[in-house]
Amino acid sequence: MQTIDMAVTPLRDLNATLQTQAGQTNQTAWVIENPRGAHALAVGLDAPIEVTVKGSTGYYCAGMNKQATVHVTGSAGPGVAENMMSGTVVIEGDASQYAGATGHGGLLVIKGNAASRCGISMKGIDIVVHGNVGHMSAFMAQSGNLVVCGDAGDALGDSLYEARLFVRGSVKSLGADCIEKEMRPEHLEILRDLLARAGAEARPEEFRRYGSARQLYNFHVDHAGAY
Amino acid sequence: MCGIVGLFLKKDELRPQLGDLLTDMLITMTDRGPDSAGIAIYGDEGGTLKMTVQSDTPATSFAGLDAALSAALGAPVTMRVIDTHAVLTLPEGSDAAARSWLAERGIRVMGSGHAMEIFKEVGLPRDVAARFGIRGMGGSHGIGHTRMATESAVTTLGAHPFSTGADQCLVHNGSLSNHNQMRRVLTAKGFAPQTQNDTEVAACYISSRLAEGASLGAALEGTLEDLDGFFTFVVGTRTGFGVVRDPIACKPAVMAETEDYVAFGSEYRAFAKLPGIDTARVWEPEPATVYFWER
Repeated sequence: MQTIDMAVTPLRDLNATLQTQAGQTNQTAWVIENPRGAHALAVGLDAPIEVTVKGSTGYYCAGMNKQATVHVTGSAGPGVAENMMSGTVVIEGDASQYAGATGHGGLLVIKGNAASRCGISMKGIDIVVHGNVGHMSAFMAQSGNLVVCGDAGDALGDSLYEARLFVRGSVKSLGADCIEKEMRPEHLEILRDLLARAGAEARPEEFRRYGSARQLYNFHVDHAGAY
Repeated sequence: MCGIVGLFLKKDELRPQLGDLLTDMLITMTDRGPDSAGIAIYGDEGGTLKMTVQSDTPATSFAGLDAALSAALGAPVTMRVIDTHAVLTLPEGSDAAARSWLAERGIRVMGSGHAMEIFKEVGLPRDVAARFGIRGMGGSHGIGHTRMATESAVTTLGAHPFSTGADQCLVHNGSLSNHNQMRRVLTAKGFAPQTQNDTEVAACYISSRLAEGASLGAALEGTLEDLDGFFTFVVGTRTGFGVVRDPIACKPAVMAETEDYVAFGSEYRAFAKLPGIDTARVWEPEPATVYFWER
């Protein structure tokens, strides 16, 4: 296991070191000490390594992640795992606004609460929040799954495309074109898998599913000539 | 942008370190706004009225100021000059008389009260804090701000914190869009802002509500109804410390609480050197929700 202490190693050196780990590296376990809320920590990783950040991070931690597993033992600032492509990011504490924004793939687990705009414009990422999410979560979400074990704030799923939203608790309000949908067996299966992978103690049957009413966006075949 | 920090001590043991802790917190936020910086610090009360004043020409403006003001008020006045600022101690009830006397001499009043002193200038937090010796100041609570100017000029009077009532101060990250209309409303009520700055309007709004008898909590709730725009406000009073964010809550905010203190920061980085931060409860204040602590 390699340890990097940010009290002595500059952020850019740390990121450069992590970014140069190739797919075949045998240095797979990394511990980052004294993050002290630093921005852009462990970003742009592209190797199957495991990075544990001991403390809390600032803006954009684990952004653009590919393959790597990034585990933050504290809380994360705005934009954690933004535009993640694959891999896993786990936040033990809370995450600030727009967690997992625009993510294309991988799994983001927030064990505390996520603030506003969680999963905004998500494009295939799976996000599991053990606590609550704030307002405007999954705004314009295109694909992927957002699982909320607690409550959701105002305007959940506003202008939603084809992402699936699962909420166990209350939803303060649904956004434009977001409706509750039937929970079918295949959705329970997706949920069971995500909850297990995220270490969330909840039963899939306790959740409600929300999705797009498909009234706001229409790729209707009859209109193909108009596009 | 703009960076805000605040620290409210629950126990007296940390009082001597308040200025030192706040200075480090504010310096960490420098890259959120390099235009000007300021700190309001609630220190020891000497049983008299304190007034913090400022002049761009302190050597001449402050020379003999205490004696002249003392003669004008017919009561003793003491003065402690710190760089471009001076803290005057005045007899009770002389606030208005002193303000008009100082205004005639072109001396600016930063704020007044029994506990609060305000120091603010154009420049980086590191330099502003050093000029005023903030590190050496103790107290019960304090609020700091580093500004990236949007709504008014980069001047001393445009710097935060703004104080528009005794022992009251406010700092702001964001921008208000109805401040001109609100300025007219407040002016009609006798709470005319002194600058073109939007944040001062918010400070005047809270002062006007408090003067009408509202609690600080109610006054902060009122900002959600009556002020339009983006804001994270942190306010201080003689005994209290409050936080409110607008319903959209774009402007970042994080809080930390231990048995010893409540801390506010625009970013977690501001907390990194606080004692016991590793085991503190850290959370993001909810949108459109008033938080308030009282000693």
